[in-house]
Amino acid sequence: MSLLDYFRSSKPNTASLAKERLQILVAHERASRNQPSYLPQLQQELLAVIRKYINVGQDAITVNFEQDGNQETLELNIVLPDEK
Amino acid sequence: MARIIVVTSGKGGVGKTTTSAAIAMGLAKRGHKTAVIDFDVGLRNLDLIMGCERRVVYDLVNVINNEATLNQALIKDKRCDQLYILPASQTRDKDALSTEGVGKILEGLSKDFKYIVCDSPAGIERGATLAMYFADDAFVVTNPEVSSVRDSDRMLGILSSKSRRAEKGEEPIKEYLLLSRYSPDRVKLGEMLSVEDVQEILSLHLLGVIPESKSVLNASNSGTPVILDEQSDAGQAYADIVARYLGEDKPHRFIEEEKKGLFGKLFGGK
Repeated sequence: MSLLDYFRSSKPNTASLAKERLQILVAHERASRNQPSYLPQLQQELLAVIRKYINVGQDAITVNFEQDGNQETLELNIVLPDEK
Repeated sequence: MARIIVVTSGKGGVGKTTTSAAIAMGLAKRGHKTAVIDFDVGLRNLDLIMGCERRVVYDLVNVINNEATLNQALIKDKRCDQLYILPASQTRDKDALSTEGVGKILEGLSKDFKYIVCDSPAGIERGATLAMYFADDAFVVTNPEVSSVRDSDRMLGILSSKSRRAEKGEEPIKEYLLLSRYSPDRVKLGEMLSVEDVQEILSLHLLGVIPESKSVLNASNSGTPVILDEQSDAGQAYADIVARYLGEDKPHRFIEEEKKGLFGKLFGGK
């Protein structure tokens, strides 16, 4: 490592940090943008039904909607509580 | 039929009005009859940037409410006879705009003009969504800065879902990236997002890079669209952008750091 590199590396590259943060954020926001508008309500109603039978937390259900070409997938994930 | 261009960004202060004024003047100077409309009802500024603030009699809302005709409200530019300005109302609130009213105005202008440039306000309120609703082309003005890039991406989402073309299932609005306030030297130091970075994140066609330039403030101080300052880097950048938009093949400039000779190093800036 040359002396010049030493001085350079002491400065953080904030642009690459900005890019990384933006890429994650934009990907996340684009994914939620294409989701059907009924999704949050669907999640709430499913949660209500499941809670009739099992005591689960607010965040026990995740509903994901994915679009890949002509194929649309609705993914439902329920985390059950540990058996006591 | 006129081609309708919306100049949009989501975030404020990135250069929408500067860009609208420059692009409209550039198109008009090339002989295309052009109208530029300020959609920022309540906070109009295009008149000031165009230097016609003392000639405003009627405005956009007057025309929508049938209080004035289009011809009464349009202000003819004194430097270019192909350019007309339609100012926003300063007193009414933004709810004075309606889709039908704006549609009627654009339809009226379409008969007579080749290009209609819509200067969108910041945000995603009615003024902004109406400015883009009827657009054929969108110029997305973005600064190489995180909040601006994020907001631009948000606008792209709205352009592709809430425009007339989207609702009618027509060919989507053509979207172009205009990267403004760019500093190649700061990009080189790793302090600023590069053109490639922004393009990669937004996946947009780059129409041009406008460098950070003192000439922009000088131009707005005097009410002259910066494109008329042909010596300035920003003025030249906008002239290139107009040329590229019209289909000319112009290599991109102002992306690399300018090489200063010994003279330039000694006597500095522009």
